[in-house]
Amino acid sequence: MPQKKISIRIDGELISALEGQTILQAAKANGKYIPTLCDLDGLTSVGACRICLVEVSGSERLFPACTTPIQEGMSVTTNSPKLTRYRRISVELLLIERNHVCAVCVSNGHCELQTMASALGIGTVGLAYNFPKLSIDMSHPRFVLDHNRCILCTRCVRVCAELEGAHMWELTSRGIHARIVSEMNEQWGKATSCTSCGKCVHACPTGALAEKGWAVEEMVKKIDAVTSLVHRRGAQV
Amino acid sequence: MKKVKVATVWLDGCSGCHMSLLDMDAAIISLGRKIDLVYGPLVDAQEFPEDVDVTLVEGAVSSQDDLNKVQKIRQRTNILISLGDCAVTGNVPAMRNSIPVQKLLQRIYVDGADEKKGVPSERVPALLKQARPLREFVKVDICLPGCPPPSKTIVGVINDLLDGKKPNGNLKVKFG
Repeated sequence: MPQKKISIRIDGELISALEGQTILQAAKANGKYIPTLCDLDGLTSVGACRICLVEVSGSERLFPACTTPIQEGMSVTTNSPKLTRYRRISVELLLIERNHVCAVCVSNGHCELQTMASALGIGTVGLAYNFPKLSIDMSHPRFVLDHNRCILCTRCVRVCAELEGAHMWELTSRGIHARIVSEMNEQWGKATSCTSCGKCVHACPTGALAEKGWAVEEMVKKIDAVTSLVHRRGAQV
Repeated sequence: MKKVKVATVWLDGCSGCHMSLLDMDAAIISLGRKIDLVYGPLVDAQEFPEDVDVTLVEGAVSSQDDLNKVQKIRQRTNILISLGDCAVTGNVPAMRNSIPVQKLLQRIYVDGADEKKGVPSERVPALLKQARPLREFVKVDICLPGCPPPSKTIVGVINDLLDGKKPNGNLKVKFG
């Protein structure tokens, strides 16, 4: 049975979308841009980063576009001073939470967090930096996990579980103590369920997951390889 | 026309921001006609002067001496600019922040030294517990991130200020 079509407005423009789509999916299908960090084409949405927050008329609160399903007659605003303010706060919180030292990062110049900060005009943050002591897992022969650079978007968790089918990555603890862990908190190099496919590395928006052997600015993620794989397998996006 | 008094300061950083400032090529000629460089690593003055119009600070605040300096500079400066990632975010100098100072000094000057082992204590300022961004100690008027900030951006901001414009609004910014 074909999916029912419903009408919504995005930034005033009337668009036709499929029932069951999220605001983000409907926007993308109609060429409308909503900034995102944790979203990755083809993976389930988790609403982790709060960058895609949008306004929905009739409600005071903001909604994450990636997890909010569309409804008939919904009117969505994707850009406003209020949204920019909240998106900036979200990125600033990510920047202060861990040690994002762009100058010495393999992903400098190719980092989605760095690019998002620039796009939002963030030249400094208003809060005090946390400077936590975090570990780096170098035990895998080909890849590195650097918790200093992780924004807990969980793209690695989702790509490993949903696309590779290994579900080697998981999230442990809560709030500021939350960490990405490999196989029941075992060292990555000892994780027997890891297929070493590298999808997590290329799905990672920052330098948190990287290939070994690259210097500053040299780690360029092949994110298109991950998303094109999803499409070639015919997943519903 | 009265020249605008500009100072530059080098705290805990690599001097790369100063290199980027100097990298302005021919722009230095026209800028030199409009400003007086009254203090900094590029000139000879020993004491930070009174009534400075614009001060560009490179580097994180990392020692007691840095802290004393920035407090004096803030009092004597009209517009204070955080120049580069170290001054804006802490950047590389702040990578020591999760290591206790004594442990850090021991590792470098004793365990890591081949000769003359011993933590220097005379004629060097005491390190603060952490190297932190400038704005956590004094009010900063403009932040110019980048490692280093591009020369054109620095010159652009100085020229904007000379023209009486506020450069903060649509400044193109990038960390790293």
